[in-house]
This record gives sequence, C-alpha cells and structure tokens, in this order.
Amino acid sequence: MSLYSFGTDPISCHAWNQDRTQVAISPNNNLVQIYQRSDNEWKKIHELTEHNGRVTGIDWAPTSNRLVTCAADRNAYVWSLRDGAWKPTLVLLRINRAATCVKWSPRENKLAVGSGSKIISVCYFEKENDWWLSKHIKKSIGSTILSLAWHPNNVLLAAGSSDFQCRVFSGYVKEIDDKPSPTHWGTKIPFGELLFQSGEKGGWVHGVAFSPSGRYLAWVDHNSCVSVADSAEDKAVTRLSTEYLPFLSLLFVNECQLLAAGHDCAPYLFSYGGSGKLDFEAKIDVQKETTKTALSAMSHFRNLDKKGAKESERSDVTTLHQNSISQLSIVDGDPSDVTAFSSTGIDGALVIWSLKA
Amino acid sequence: MAKNTVSARFRKVDVDEYDENKFVDEEEAGEGQQGPDEGEVDSAIRGGNMMGALQAALKNPPINTKNQSAKDRAEHLVLKVLISFKANDIEKAVQSLDKNNMDLLMKYIYKGFESPSDNSSAVLLQWHEKALAVAGVGSIVRVLTARKTV
Repeated sequence: MSLYSFGTDPISCHAWNQDRTQVAISPNNNLVQIYQRSDNEWKKIHELTEHNGRVTGIDWAPTSNRLVTCAADRNAYVWSLRDGAWKPTLVLLRINRAATCVKWSPRENKLAVGSGSKIISVCYFEKENDWWLSKHIKKSIGSTILSLAWHPNNVLLAAGSSDFQCRVFSGYVKEIDDKPSPTHWGTKIPFGELLFQSGEKGGWVHGVAFSPSGRYLAWVDHNSCVSVADSAEDKAVTRLSTEYLPFLSLLFVNECQLLAAGHDCAPYLFSYGGSGKLDFEAKIDVQKETTKTALSAMSHFRNLDKKGAKESERSDVTTLHQNSISQLSIVDGDPSDVTAFSSTGIDGALVIWSLKA
Repeated sequence: MAKNTVSARFRKVDVDEYDENKFVDEEEAGEGQQGPDEGEVDSAIRGGNMMGALQAALKNPPINTKNQSAKDRAEHLVLKVLISFKANDIEKAVQSLDKNNMDLLMKYIYKGFESPSDNSSAVLLQWHEKALAVAGVGSIVRVLTARKTV
C-alpha cells in the first residue's frame, strides 16, 4: 500500500478516471482539483472553480469520461473535457438545501443527487434544451440524504439518510430507460416507488452499497453497526454491532465480502455468508512498530513537570491514516473481484491499498 | 436603575413545534414494559446466584416506554445487582453476556453515572472498564446514539 499526501486540508471526496491515472479530489472547499499521476508523483493538471460552496460529492463516469460534482451551494455540474479544458453544464436540481452526495448510474445516462431538502434528484439529459433535468423522489424521506448507491441494473437506487433509515427506491425514468425487468427487490417499479426500508433507531446512515450482482444491500450507520439485506431471502436484514468507532463509507470487494472504513482510521473487512452470518474478518492496516525510545533526562523531567507522569503517553494514531476515512473507491479489478482500493480522509491523505497478498 | 420590563417569555417558545417538517420520533407501544422483575432478582441475590441476578435484571428493559418511574426502578435494580458483585467476578460476568445485553449493560452503566450515589461510581467504573474491554468503543457509541434509552 502507498500513501500520498495532498496537504493538510481534509479530502472531502475523491473520484478516479477510467484507467486510474487521474484522480479528482476536493480539499474541503469549493474547489475540485484533478491530479495526474507520473511515476510516484501527483501533478495538478486542472482546477475546477465553478462551485461557490463546499464541494460535497464527485463522481467520474468511466466510459463517457464526464465528471459530476455537487456542493453546498445547492448546485451540481456535469463536466466534460473539450479542447483540454473541463467545461461545466448546470444540472437543474430544484432543491433549496445543500446537495450532499452524487452518483452516476452504471450506464452513465442518469445521475442521482441527494440533498438536505429531503429529496433525491434523479437527473437525465434532455437533448432538446441541452440541459440536465431532474425528477424528485420524496416518498417517506424524513431527513437529509447522506449517501446514495445505484443497483447494477441502472434502475434501483439505495439511499441512506439522517432519519436513521436505509431505503431502496425506483429510479426508473421512462423517457430514457428501457422497461426494467423485475428483480428480487420488486416487480412493479414506477419512478419513486419505495421498495425497501430498514433502520434501527439510533444512527445516521453514512454509507450504502449494493453488491456487484445487486442481490445484497449493505449499509453502515453511526451506531457502529454494519447491516446487510438479502433481496433473495425476502429482504432479511442481518446486523452486526461492531466494537469500533462508526463507519462512514463502505465498498463491496466481491459478492460476499465488504470493506467499511470511517472514524477508526482503518478499513475493516467483513464477510457475509447468508442470513444471520455477517462476520468481522480483518483489519486492513500496516501496524507501525511502537518503538519505545530511550527517554532522555530532559524529557523525563519535562514530562514530570508538564503531565505529572514519568513517561510521555504516546498520543499518535497507530494507523496509516492519521484521521477519519471519508471515502473508499475501487482502484483495480472488476467490481466483483476488487484487487486494489483507495481511501481518502480528513488527514489529507490518499492511500492505495492492495488486497492481494 | 432601569427596570427590566422586556418580556423574556418569547425565549422559551419552541419554534420547532410550528415547523410542519419537524422530525417526530414515532413511539412504539411500550406501555406494557414494566422493567425487570424485582422479586426474581432479589431471590437470585439471596440465593447467591449473582449471574442469574444479572441476567434477570437485564431482562425486559424499559426502553420503549416513556414511563420515567419504570425506568428509574429498572436502573435502581440493575445498580443494586452491580454493586453486590464481588470485584473478581465482574470480568466473568461481563464475558457471559451476549452482544445485545452488553450494549444494554453499558446503557445502565452510563445511566448510573448520571446520578451518582455513595460509592456507586467507583463500582460502575470497574464494570465500565471490563465491559469496554469486551465490547469495545462501539458499545459506547451505541449508548451515545441510542434513541431508546433506559
């Protein structure tokens, strides 16, 4: 694994291009920066300045090579590269609170934006007027949408919310989508239909993810729990209360294993082996050796004076990330067999992890 | 000196009450929850069966009810059991609990910290140390985030 630091500012979100040679990050402000990898260095090649609020989400569509960004200024832009420069197109979100997260659909013809106005905007391009239109999903959403994930069939949409619920909606837009075939999540799926809802009282749902086949839905919430719903088993929910600090992001690495990372500063691997069998597998991190340096006389007395203790208590974080991890992404491998992934965090670092020993 | 004639009553108006989008926690039917059975716990303590007393005290927690007296009674009962434990037995007792009861015990421990009485905090700190070693910081996070309190 390798760690790259992008300064001291937190990285609020990141997204990779198709061949993983460029990464778009936001340094916790209104800017989006695109870095090109050359050898082991990262060179800033573009800076996107259209937003005037804090950028809250970035997603990069691999095939069509378009970026979408959303921000606290209530706007989202779709960016396309023309003549060596990224040109923004405004998306008409029709929201009156900050946009919080954005995701391209798998076929890249739609995008979903979650917001603080208790709305998910499902957006699609309208050729006649040359702009991105949106349709709203409002049904039963009680609070801000914190996370979104598309089902691989390009229609279903999972959303985690700060009303402690995880939901699955239909994002079927009849203007552009083919008629969807029924899945285990539901057979009749008009736009905005609520197909699944679950949540224990007690935690904001920070992250949601569908498994590569779309059969399982996993989410993490702020009471340090990981949950998996199995659509083929009558949407049975399996919850695991972990011993760690809450997780913020999660990622399926294959059909039955998932990674979760968050306030504990390291990614954790969990495995799902059928209803009721959700287990912790491993903590993925390089353990730093805690070297006990010989205490000099000066530091001995300084500690005695300052802290009333003979030895200085080590307060540095032993994980590779020095602060909470905010996002996980696939770097290498098929979604059903991920071999490398990346994480970014509050410490301003991007870490690329290898899953193959 | 000028007399303060300005009303301060408006400061106490709950403006969120008039927000049509106000988030309301739906209350689940918890009226039947009267908390653990005091007689069962007492007889277990008298019989010297401390593990049984702990299990009985953690049964049927009043987490869904708004009835404050039921909550107080349950907390009082659990505290009584925790205090009667010998310090050496705490670790074994904590390890015998399952995950849900672990989280529940942690809730009672923090609740006990809220209203300390003679020496209760010292005992609770011992329990807290052992419970933390088994259930990790996750169980503390669940105490802090829980909407259903004991």
